Amino acid sequence: MDFTYDDEQVALRDAVRGLATRAYGDFEQRRRTVAEDPGFSEKVWTQLAEMGVLGLPFPEEVGGVDAGPVEVGIVAAELGRVLAPEPFLTSVVLAGGLVAAAGTAQQQADVLGPLSAGESILAFAHNEPWGNPGPAARWVPTASTVTASDPDGTWLLSGVKEPVAQGARADLLVVSAALPAGGTGLFLVPGDGPGVSRTGHPTYDGGRAARIAFDGAPATRLGAPGVDQSATISAAVAHARVAACHEALGAMEVALSATTEYLRTRKQFGVPLATFQALTFRAADMYVSLELARSLTQWAAMVLATGDRERGTEAAARAGLQVSRSGRHIGQEAIQLHGGIAMTAEYLVGNLTARLTALDHLLGDGHHHLTTLAAGVGGYGALDPLAGRSEAEVPH
Amino acid sequence: MQLELSAQDEAFRQEMRTFFTTQVSPEIRETVIAGRELGRDAYVETQRTLNAAGLAVPHWPEEWGGRGWSDLRRHLWLEEMQAAGVPAPLPFNANMIGPVLAQFASQEMKERFLPPTANLDIWWSQGFSEPDAGSDLAALRTTAVRDGDDWVVNGQKTWTTLGQYGDWIFTLVRTDPEAKKQAGISMLLIDMTSPGLEVRPIQLIDGGHEVNEVWFTDVRVPGENLVGEVNQGWTMAKFLLGNERVGVAPVGTVKRNLARAKRLAGPQLGDPLLRARVAELENELLALELTALRVAAHSAGGEPHPASSVLKLKGTELQQAVSELVLDLAGPAGYASGAGAGSDLPEWTQHAAPAYLNLRKASIYGGSNEIQRQIIARTILGL
Repeated sequence: MDFTYDDEQVALRDAVRGLATRAYGDFEQRRRTVAEDPGFSEKVWTQLAEMGVLGLPFPEEVGGVDAGPVEVGIVAAELGRVLAPEPFLTSVVLAGGLVAAAGTAQQQADVLGPLSAGESILAFAHNEPWGNPGPAARWVPTASTVTASDPDGTWLLSGVKEPVAQGARADLLVVSAALPAGGTGLFLVPGDGPGVSRTGHPTYDGGRAARIAFDGAPATRLGAPGVDQSATISAAVAHARVAACHEALGAMEVALSATTEYLRTRKQFGVPLATFQALTFRAADMYVSLELARSLTQWAAMVLATGDRERGTEAAARAGLQVSRSGRHIGQEAIQLHGGIAMTAEYLVGNLTARLTALDHLLGDGHHHLTTLAAGVGGYGALDPLAGRSEAEVPH
Repeated sequence: MQLELSAQDEAFRQEMRTFFTTQVSPEIRETVIAGRELGRDAYVETQRTLNAAGLAVPHWPEEWGGRGWSDLRRHLWLEEMQAAGVPAPLPFNANMIGPVLAQFASQEMKERFLPPTANLDIWWSQGFSEPDAGSDLAALRTTAVRDGDDWVVNGQKTWTTLGQYGDWIFTLVRTDPEAKKQAGISMLLIDMTSPGLEVRPIQLIDGGHEVNEVWFTDVRVPGENLVGEVNQGWTMAKFLLGNERVGVAPVGTVKRNLARAKRLAGPQLGDPLLRARVAELENELLALELTALRVAAHSAGGEPHPASSVLKLKGTELQQAVSELVLDLAGPAGYASGAGAGSDLPEWTQHAAPAYLNLRKASIYGGSNEIQRQIIARTILGL
C-alpha cells in the first residue's frame, strides 16, 4: 500500500501543470476561451496531444501511451485546478475509453489514433431526454428511446440524445442505442453524417452540450455485432467517474486555497476575516472534506488499475459518493466564505463551484451511488481497502 | 502507487491477526467486543502478554522495546489488534509517558521507569487537566515549590481516567509562577501512595466510574522525579499531546462496531433508509482509514503530522455516529440499561445507551475537536 507517485508520474503532473498554467493560470484567459465556440482552445488541445496526454489510456499499437487510471487521474486533477475547458474527460476518457473497450482492432486504430493525435474530437451520445414525470432511474448504462435497426444490412439510428457534452463540435459520435433483439449496442456515427442534426449550446460550467437528433442515420456497429454492451458502458463510466473525481479534486484544492487566501487578506471591521473563528473553523472542515475525497479518489484509481472490473466499479461508486459530498460542501462554503465576490462570473471561485456541480451530475451523483452501495451492505461484514470486501475476523 | 500489501507486509498482517486471535484471552476479547467494562486485571494481563511478545510498545525507541516498524506496520498492528477486540496497551503508559521519558528523561530515570511502564508493572495516570485548565492547558495552577531536595505539590487535577487503578501519576505543575504561563511549567512523576494525595471518583452520565479528581495537599515529591529540566514541561506536554492524536482515530474499533451493528440489526437491515445510513458510515470510515494509511501520521522530530488532526476529528465523529446507530437499533429496548441478567432483552441493548452517552467524551478528550479545527486552520491552512 503506497499512495506516493513515482518519478514518471510526478514528471507527468509537472508537465501538465506547466501547460495548464500557461494556458489558463490567468483566469481571464479561460473566460475568453469559453466565451466563444467551441468553448475550448484547439491550440491547447494540440499541445495536450503533443505531450501524449490524449492517448494516455490507449494501447501503444493504436497510437496511445498505454498508461493507466492513476496517470489519467493525474492529468484530470491538473486540468481541474485551472478549469481547463478541453474535453479530456468526456472525449478521451469516456468516449475514447468506450472505443478502446468495445471496438475491433481496426476500429481502435482508426478512431483512437486520430483522437490521440488531437485530430479528432469524440463525444459519447448516451443521455436521453425525458418529459414529466421523469424516469424511475437515471445514469443507467442502457439506451431505450434511441433505437438501432438494420433493415438492409446497414445499421440506422433514430431518436434523440440530449444533453451530449461537446456534441456539436465532435467529429465522431459514440452512440448507445437499443438493439432490435433487446440489449444496448454502441455505434460510431460521424458528427456531420447524414440523418444527424445537432443543436449546440453553452452550459453553466462554461462547457458546451448539444441536442442530437438521429433520423435513420447510418451507423457503424462498435465491436462484435449482436452483443449487449451495457456492461462495457458501466465499466467505461466507472473509469470516467474516477477521472471526474480527480478533476473535482483539483477544483476543490483550488477552491480551498483561494478561500484561505481570501480569509487572510480580506478585511472587514478593520481586521482580516481570518480573525473570526466562525470562518476559520469552516475552512478547517473544508480541509477535512478535501482530504477524505483525496484518499478515496486515489485509492479508486489504484483499484481500477488492478483490472478487476467488479471491484473497480464499486471503488468508483465509493469515490463518487465521497466526492459528491465533499464537492458540494467545499463548493458551497467557498462561495459563502468569500461573500458576494464569488457570485460574479469574473471571479474564479464561483466558476469552480459551477464545474464541481456539473461533475457531480455528469456520471451519477451521491444519491445515485449511495443507492447502489446501500443495496449491498447486508452482504459483507467490514470493508477492507487492502483486500476488497471481507468479513472482519472476530469471534461469533 | 501500489494497492496491495507487499508479500512481507501481508505476512506481517497475518502474523498479527493470528497472534491477537489466539494468544489473548478469549474472555477479555469477548468483553471488549460486547462493550462490557474491563477490569484492571484484564488490562494488565493483556499488556503483559503483548509485551512478552514484543507487541506492547513497538513505536518506542528500539533499545526500550521498540521494533523499528514502518508506519504501515504500526497501522496494521493497531488495526488487527482492534479488529480482534484486544484492549490496546494502556495509553497512559504506552502512548503518553513512555515516549516522553524515552525522549526527555535521564538515563537513570529511563532505566528505572521504562521497563515497568512497558510491562504495566506501573499503572500510570495522567495529571494534566484542571478545573480551570481544559483546552487552555497552560492555565494550570497546581504548584510545585522547592523545599530542600524535594518538591512540595499543592493543587487539583481532574478527568484522570482510570486513576482509581493508578500507581504513579505524571503531572504538569507550575514551578515558576512569575514566568509567562507556558514557560513556568515542569513535569513531575508522583507516587500515588504519597501522603496528601487523594483520588476522588467522578460519576459520569453513563453511570460509570471512569474518571477521577486527584487532589494534592503538601505532597512531597523527591527532586529526582522531575523529568528533564525545570520549566521544560510545556515542551514535553506538546510532544505528548501530539502523540496522543496519532493513535486516537480508532479505525479498527469503529469498523468492528459497525460490522457488529449490521449483525445486530437483523431484519431491520431490510429498511432502505437504514441501509443508506450504514452505507454512508461505511464509506466515510473507508475514507478515514485510507487517509490514515496515506498520511501515516506519526511524530517526526517531536512534531505530529498536521493531518493527524483530521484523523482525530473525523475518527471520533464516526465513533460517536456508530454508537448512535447501535442505540437506534436497540430502540425501546435501550431504556432497560439497568436490567442486568434477569432481562428477556438481548444483552447488547442494555449497553447501547451508556455507550452512546460515554462516547460523547471522544470529541472532547485528546484535544477537543474544536482544538483540532484550530490546529488545521493555523498549521495547515495558515489562518
